[in-house]
Amino acid sequence: MSMDIIVKKGLDLKLVGKPSNEIEQAKFSQDFAVYPADFHGVFPKLVVKENDSVKAGDILFFDKNSEKVKFVSPVSGKIKEIVRGERRRVLEIKIHADKEITYKKIKKLKSENSSDIIDYLSENGLWTYIKQRPYDVIADPESSPKEIFISGFDSSPLSADYDFITKDQKENIIEAIKHLSKLTKGSVNISLRKESNSFLRELNDVIIHNVSGPHPAGNLSTIINKVSPINKGDTVWTLNLPDLAIIGNTILNGKFSPDRIVALVGSSISKPKYYKTLAGSNISTFLNLNEKNSRIISGNVFTGTMINLNGHLRHYSNEITAIPEGNDYDLFGWAKPMFEKFSVSRALTFSWLFPNKKYDLNTNTNGEHRAFVVTGSFEEVFPLDIYPMQILKACMYKDLDEMEALGMYEVSPEDFALTEFICVSKQPHQSIIREGLDLMKKEIG
Amino acid sequence: MSIKSKLHEIKESFKGKKMAPAFNAFHTFLFTPNDITSSGTHVKVADDLKRTMNTVIMSLVPCLIFGIFNAGYQHNLAIDDANGISTQVSLFGNFLTFDNLMIGSMKVLPLVIVSYVVGLTVEFIFAVIKGHEVEEGYLVTGMLVPLIVPVDLPLWMLAVSVVFGVVIGKEVFGGTGMNILNPALTIRAFLFFAYPTWMSGDKVWVYDAVNRAGTPEAISGETILGMHAQNLTVDMYSLQDMFFGFIPGSIGETSKLLIIFGALFLIFSKIGSWRIILSTLIGALVMGLIFNGVIEAGIITDSSKFYGLMSVPFWEHLLIGSILFGAVFMATDPVTAAQTNKGKWIYGFLIGFISIMIRVFNPAYPEGVFLAILLMNVFAPTIDHFVIQSNVKMRLNRLKIKAA
Repeated sequence: MSMDIIVKKGLDLKLVGKPSNEIEQAKFSQDFAVYPADFHGVFPKLVVKENDSVKAGDILFFDKNSEKVKFVSPVSGKIKEIVRGERRRVLEIKIHADKEITYKKIKKLKSENSSDIIDYLSENGLWTYIKQRPYDVIADPESSPKEIFISGFDSSPLSADYDFITKDQKENIIEAIKHLSKLTKGSVNISLRKESNSFLRELNDVIIHNVSGPHPAGNLSTIINKVSPINKGDTVWTLNLPDLAIIGNTILNGKFSPDRIVALVGSSISKPKYYKTLAGSNISTFLNLNEKNSRIISGNVFTGTMINLNGHLRHYSNEITAIPEGNDYDLFGWAKPMFEKFSVSRALTFSWLFPNKKYDLNTNTNGEHRAFVVTGSFEEVFPLDIYPMQILKACMYKDLDEMEALGMYEVSPEDFALTEFICVSKQPHQSIIREGLDLMKKEIG
Repeated sequence: MSIKSKLHEIKESFKGKKMAPAFNAFHTFLFTPNDITSSGTHVKVADDLKRTMNTVIMSLVPCLIFGIFNAGYQHNLAIDDANGISTQVSLFGNFLTFDNLMIGSMKVLPLVIVSYVVGLTVEFIFAVIKGHEVEEGYLVTGMLVPLIVPVDLPLWMLAVSVVFGVVIGKEVFGGTGMNILNPALTIRAFLFFAYPTWMSGDKVWVYDAVNRAGTPEAISGETILGMHAQNLTVDMYSLQDMFFGFIPGSIGETSKLLIIFGALFLIFSKIGSWRIILSTLIGALVMGLIFNGVIEAGIITDSSKFYGLMSVPFWEHLLIGSILFGAVFMATDPVTAAQTNKGKWIYGFLIGFISIMIRVFNPAYPEGVFLAILLMNVFAPTIDHFVIQSNVKMRLNRLKIKAA
């Protein structure tokens, strides 16, 4: 079954540094790292200590709030260091990798019961790939989702082409979908670009949504809002297509291996293309920069995490983006005509003249943080039937009733990336929404 | 060492100190800061609040320049008039003259300077006390204020009312972005109620008229609205004069042509809301039509004191007074206007509607635009509330259907 969805409101930001369609095997990384911060809301309880030896797939820690959910090692080796921050919070688990990876032997699934599947996924670190709405956190294994949504493409700037990076993963992905569909009474929904000819179209027992339109067409909130809006009390589970390959691979082959085909992109990259590597790898094994003063991002420019030159590929990332840092002053930058920078206004900014131009943007904020002043611009890039500025303000003054009434159950921080990007007052929309969601989760649950 | 690195060092030395916002205000005026993104999106659009405000100021500059020339022109016109010489306006003959420029500059520029210096001083003081950066809101307010006052307004009155407007109208609510009332109109309302004799009548609109009152060289210049309100026939000014702006009135709001240029620039640059501008004009026309209908039906006859203004053809209301200026530059202030798109339509319509109503029925002063906008500023959150409620209800209904 398939349905068409046309997204009208949004914005495609075109950036320099699109990857060419070639895949290179990255050098094997000597050091790996796992960052509990990748798993929002998880309170890590370590089960390993420094100098322990682990195999790929061995449990590193579990979530204190939801003990069922386990987090496993991407590689075999020795725990080199556990970096802690304030109040002994675990920031990073560093692993020195063995030359040859040994895998923990994973037992076959006991049965095709949903409870057995859930146990299997959570015991083997695969549950981390299943997130839930509301709150956009790792799904609660005890909840029963009304539907499952799988993001089959990413519309963010310079994002990896899911069709391309999953083209050899057909078996794994189909295996994963087979098991996921047992976890919900509702349907499994997959979003695809209208023009995509993915193998997923051959599947029978899923609903394919053919999406056309600008970013955030790839965000699942956009699809869910149109197909099956989340009401109070509903739970929906969400996944990304490349993660299904890891799930399917584990089920079929009995070993945990977080293989990624990563798009190395951005204007600071000499040769943007795809690299085959493992999640948690040191990025210096494949990074090639042409500009020293660069920002390295695990993920895309809208939602990614800032990492340093010796940082590691984060758990969920399918891209490493590198763009120039903008730590320089600009003489009369607020008054002079702007040709090289992107803008949605026409206030002596001229990007409206060149709709197909590819921009080389840097990380300068182009102005200082201010109170909200301009109105009406967010709505132009925000496709959900929610008032974006009003819900942001409700989060800022922490009015739970209003947040709920305005549709907080339906949003995730990534939905506010575009409004944050175009915000004249340079307000941190995504973190405002994240704090609002955290507050709601704590108070309402 | 370049200016850039020198200023950077000074900025670093100010870091964490009380005077930092004051220095930064000047520094960021010269250089867009070297701030980089840390969380959230790693790239940002080119626009900031300074650019937005600057766009509005640019759209006001033609009105200011015209106002300067017009101040001189009206002064000379009134003198000729008092001497019994009737003159025809000619753009290059007797309007864009050096004499007009000098008289106008002498009167108007001090108003602009006082407005900015006093207002920005208050802003700086509040920024330093409260430890936040100096926000740009006053850049536009400071430009609007001299454009909406009579040319002969004493400077000290302007200074007092600017202090009142910025402190009570804005800072007590938390500064730019937090205010309920439009600060420029708050300043004008204060002037209007505190010094009414300087804000209306047939003297204040022409430079030097107040000084010369009672002397043999007395001159005067009544606004068109003032004449209508007294049921006088207005034959001094042609429609062309009204459209191009060769008429007495507040400094910046006489030239409809230049206001329309400003409006087009604001709408094109996506800074001003075309919804508010359009709906305000529609509201004004509707009210004008209703009054015309009342006259036509014979309910109000020429014995009534409202006859003069009621019988003005509905479309002519847009050419006289400050409705157009108000619609384009005042009603569109995003902070005090309705914030939802639907709300903007309602908000603008009511401003236009009520403006003309007050204009006709106000016994003391024949203009109502600033009062109408201030009134709707107060009601804008209410309008938004009802617009948003329909979205909230939609969500609740969905929940009910699911439960049923």
